[in-house]
Amino acid sequence: MSHTINPFVLVPLVSSIPNVSTSWKIADYLGAFKVRWGIRRNSYKVNPGIYKAGRPDKNSDVFVTANYKLSFDILRKNLDGLNAWVLVLDTKGINVWCAASKGTFGNNELIRRIKLTSLHEIVAHRRIIIPQLGAVGIAAYIIKKQTGFRVIYGPVRALDIREFVSQDYRATQQMRTVQFKMYDRLKLIPVELIVNKFYLLGALAVALLISGFTGKNYLISQIFQQLLNSIIYVAAAYFSGIFLAPILLPYLPARSFAIKGFYTGAVTFLIIYFLNGFTGNLFEMFSWFLMISASSSFLSLNFTGASTYTSLSGVKKEMKIAIPAQIASISVGIVLFIIGRLFDIKL
Amino acid sequence: MNTMIYLRNVVTLELDTAKCSGCAMCTLVCPHEVFKLKNKKAVITNRDGCMECGACAKNCPDGAINVTSGVGCAAGILNGIVRNTEPTCGYAESDSGCC
Repeated sequence: MSHTINPFVLVPLVSSIPNVSTSWKIADYLGAFKVRWGIRRNSYKVNPGIYKAGRPDKNSDVFVTANYKLSFDILRKNLDGLNAWVLVLDTKGINVWCAASKGTFGNNELIRRIKLTSLHEIVAHRRIIIPQLGAVGIAAYIIKKQTGFRVIYGPVRALDIREFVSQDYRATQQMRTVQFKMYDRLKLIPVELIVNKFYLLGALAVALLISGFTGKNYLISQIFQQLLNSIIYVAAAYFSGIFLAPILLPYLPARSFAIKGFYTGAVTFLIIYFLNGFTGNLFEMFSWFLMISASSSFLSLNFTGASTYTSLSGVKKEMKIAIPAQIASISVGIVLFIIGRLFDIKL
Repeated sequence: MNTMIYLRNVVTLELDTAKCSGCAMCTLVCPHEVFKLKNKKAVITNRDGCMECGACAKNCPDGAINVTSGVGCAAGILNGIVRNTEPTCGYAESDSGCC
């Protein structure tokens, strides 16, 4: 074995290792709800180190996770009925997959944490179970060489852990595959609504500003008269880009996220136009169409980050075309709107 | 194949079969079933499913896989352009949507 025992490091008494509950309390549900809405999401952490779930002994499995409290909570909940050790890495409060791609859930931290917790003394075996998505940051062969521990990649979802263990640590293809089902997408929407709030406020500011133009003057009172109208159009763009496009993701006939968002924006606009009985100034409606569909397209493009199947090369490729097109469409929309008002163009 | 497919023919994933020793690690760590093992060698069977996460290259003990890995995140790429850095999600510093 390659590790050496440092006499200056006190081996922790196994009995002093904190025990974690495998069920959630109200505070855990509340905490999970809050972070889904982006509230205190950057400080939702647990202390890195080793924990007990159930009554583990020296032959029990070791499950590795991140110190984002939601990751930790989901893991411990799914260890119910098992006796296991939980090794929490310091990922600065970020989930396994994201931390792995940043390198904080990585070889160095795992090796360090194994040493710091004296894992060699706690368990007699030499195997650790790492969530599969952690493989982005961990190299199994390096961990083996450096620590003697054999990495077993567990299922993507903690939900499958018990089945995985019962099937002799073999994950089915289903357990190995990342999905992006309706519920997975729905969960992400609250936080998307919150983190994109500056775009919402910015778009609202622009909509209110341009609504003050009239044929000859700029009237503040007109901004207030058309307040509801402006809010509806801006909300429509936001809703179609952040809610509709992600929800309808697999059903929209395009691969590009920007195009998916353009579709939902265009359709949302048409629905509002229809609900208004196709009334209103056609010239102005056209400028709204440009602004709404492009804004929706942009917000939908931003959802690539939350999705689980887009590649960096792919996103870069679509951005090269989409971003200039979106900027052009929104700019032309704004300019046409103002021109329409200044020259009192009615179609 | 029940995962979603993004744009076609864009990913940087490369596999050097000559170096592959057939350990099958790539088939275990890939979240999108991109690799299969045929005749004791890894083959790419679902190239467009690749999201360039880099788990395969990281875990290949033979150095047979090459991929420019990163996060496919428009907000992160924009963030990188604005700050003149690599694409960065900036979670924990700002409050970006991805990661």
